[in-house]
Amino acid sequence: MFQKLFHRLLQGIVVLIVLFTITFFLCRALPGGPFVSEKALPEHVKALMMERDGYNKPVYEQYFMRLGNLMRGDAGLSTRLSGRPVNDVIAQSFPVSFQLGCISMLLALVVGIPAGVIAAWKKNMSIDFIVMTLAMLGLCLPSFVVGPILAEMVGRRWKLLPAMGWEPTNVITWLLPMVTLGMVYAAYLARLTRSGMLDVLSQDFVRTARAKGVPMHRILIKHCLRGGLVPAAAYLGPAFAGIISGSLVIELVFQIPGLGRHFVKAIETNDVNVIMGIVLLYGGLVVLGNILSDFLILWLNPRARAQS
Amino acid sequence: MMTLHKLWWIGLAFLLGACQRETQVQKSNREQILLVGNSSEPKALDLQLVTSVVENKVLSSLFEGLVADHPTSDTEMMPGVAEKWEHNQDFTRWVFHLRQNAKWSDGEALTAHDFAFAYHRMLHPEFPSPYCEMLYFIKNAKEYKLGEVKEFGDVGVKVIDDFTLELTMKEPVPYLPGVTRHFTWFPVPKHAVLSYGKMTEQFTPWTAVGNLVCNGPFVLKSWQLNDHIEVSKNPQYWDAANVKLNGIRFLPVENAYTEARAFLAGQLHTTYRIPVDMIPYMQQNHPEYLKMEPYIGSQFLRINITRPGLSDVRVRKALSMAIDSEAICKTIQRGYEPAKSFSPKLGDFSPEPVLTFDPEKARALLAEAGYPAGKGFPRYSILISGGGGRNLSEAIQAMWKEHLGIVVDIRTMDFASYIDTQNKLDYDISSAGWVGDYIDPTTFLLMWTKGNGNNNTGWHSEEYERLLSEAAHSADPAQRMRVFEKAEKLLMDERPILPFAWQARNYLHHPSVKGWHPLLLDNHPWKDISLEETD
Repeated sequence: MFQKLFHRLLQGIVVLIVLFTITFFLCRALPGGPFVSEKALPEHVKALMMERDGYNKPVYEQYFMRLGNLMRGDAGLSTRLSGRPVNDVIAQSFPVSFQLGCISMLLALVVGIPAGVIAAWKKNMSIDFIVMTLAMLGLCLPSFVVGPILAEMVGRRWKLLPAMGWEPTNVITWLLPMVTLGMVYAAYLARLTRSGMLDVLSQDFVRTARAKGVPMHRILIKHCLRGGLVPAAAYLGPAFAGIISGSLVIELVFQIPGLGRHFVKAIETNDVNVIMGIVLLYGGLVVLGNILSDFLILWLNPRARAQS
Repeated sequence: MMTLHKLWWIGLAFLLGACQRETQVQKSNREQILLVGNSSEPKALDLQLVTSVVENKVLSSLFEGLVADHPTSDTEMMPGVAEKWEHNQDFTRWVFHLRQNAKWSDGEALTAHDFAFAYHRMLHPEFPSPYCEMLYFIKNAKEYKLGEVKEFGDVGVKVIDDFTLELTMKEPVPYLPGVTRHFTWFPVPKHAVLSYGKMTEQFTPWTAVGNLVCNGPFVLKSWQLNDHIEVSKNPQYWDAANVKLNGIRFLPVENAYTEARAFLAGQLHTTYRIPVDMIPYMQQNHPEYLKMEPYIGSQFLRINITRPGLSDVRVRKALSMAIDSEAICKTIQRGYEPAKSFSPKLGDFSPEPVLTFDPEKARALLAEAGYPAGKGFPRYSILISGGGGRNLSEAIQAMWKEHLGIVVDIRTMDFASYIDTQNKLDYDISSAGWVGDYIDPTTFLLMWTKGNGNNNTGWHSEEYERLLSEAAHSADPAQRMRVFEKAEKLLMDERPILPFAWQARNYLHHPSVKGWHPLLLDNHPWKDISLEETD
């Protein structure tokens, strides 16, 4: 077990270094450079800024310099934010994205998994049909449609919840972004859980249990759920990383001070250190999410455990 | 089942409770906190590291310059840190007498040394201040920045005593008091900056919450990236008794629709802008909120005159005359005014109206240049940045096709590439805008000189530069304006740019805000604003 964990972590580090290298050279290839502004900078000021941020060094030197700094935990300075440390940017914004991601994931789990179980249990009955139609709708409606509609109706017309804004301790401000972001994941989880449960429900031991008169809810929860959740668990790892990193549209629609907005702004303005910092953070999250989800599957599925 | 029932009731009560809450605007009116939509996150709060309007909004609440903004007029000057000022006959030497009761927010006295320190830091050859050019009016300022003059003592900034500052200009600057209202001319707290690092060090914690020492009507209270910057009343401000608000909350709302929605939901007092397509809706349903006011900015097409065809002034004029700017201002750039020249009217400067929509003459000029009905004209493209301005360039594309028979493409780029491509003259035509920093034609005309980083057209003219220099050395303000008008006329005769609209500020504004008046520069002095309680 520990050996496996060690292996996976080692792989993860290699992935991150490759990711760093690719992003670094792609950023180099971007036209424009980081010191482009609406009103042109005087040449000598631009030269000073290039020197400040190490852009006048040879590319390979910059590469190793940045890699070395990152390994020491220093992501450098943001050019767009006039030299604010990238670590500071991430420290201020990541907790917001993380919190939004966590509560949305929680919503997705609480709604998606029971919906999938019920749909599987009542297969081909009207409730299955309704749940699956809703899930399909949830999957098809992009958040840039749902978000503004919710903000417009609930926020502006009915004035029930704030149309924008985020306060880390005020639940009222969480609800609309949470629903918008969590809905898609809930829909996906419902479909995965349904198909996983159907697989398990069709197996012999379920028939035996039913024949012995075990009540249906016991069969579902005690005997089937663990096996039925395997497809959903495999999805959870990458989904978790995705839900934290993929909230850009929601951040814009609801004016949430998360990391996604910095990410897009950094790409627009060629703010290399911020791009690198956030890409690596997201990369790290994906690696971590995958490792966690592998171990979750091992815990859920004894056969996978035996194979490994 | 009972629990489920209870849950329903609790939920309903919760929603109703939420429903009956007062809006944030009502709450803020009680607390006298102004809620301002501010478009995007300021790059920094160090006066000398920033350039744009977004930072200006916040900084003008925290700091005050020699001269202050007037609440109802762009051209009238209010005393700021300086109580009075005088100049010599040819406007090259200015003496500012500072008030003795001006203090920094930590209680330290504000003296002429702080101004000298600010200008020294801004112009220091090792300090990368992006907007240092705003101080180049001062004698030897540019030379010092470039390292050609070694001693700051040779720059035209002299502290006569603690409360007297003398500034020597390199040429007559009759409009200097107006320029000193810009944040690049504000003082910087020497003692505070130096306590966190060297003069030339950037991004030391001196601007952090709790550290920032300022001299304006407000002090920095809290700052969360991409969420808000809040300022609260500064008790040390010399005119604190006349500051009406208790605080201002600046919200960097990037999405214009989100901002408008939040305004209508009662979460903002004033927005930064309004999406153009929402204007008719607002005109019909909420005219009381909609503001459309002239702004010191111009919209134009930049022409790369090194391209075949475009190098011919007749072609450029034909392209210009085939743009129906009335139609553009009516449908796309709503609230904007059809431009009659590049610079708008600024105080005593009134440029001759030369731009007209005349498709017939345009066709004749194009034929004369060798492209009758557009035949044989190279296929060029209009460069635009991001998603914005697409419908505008499509309209111009259609107008040229209809009136001249010319086909152009539209080329979209991200902002950095858009700027870079223009700098390299690697484009044909680009869609652009320019916003002035102060009320004087130089803010519009200087950029078209040879080698200017914002010119990017390949065009320059010795006569144009001679006129600008003549105006610069003219000590008679009226005469100066006439020379600038000549220069503007020359620019329009040559037409390396095709102006079509003068900008407007379209935004939403809550009627409970008092003391806010239309201003060309859009710098509303925060201390004059108050909030009236509404139901």
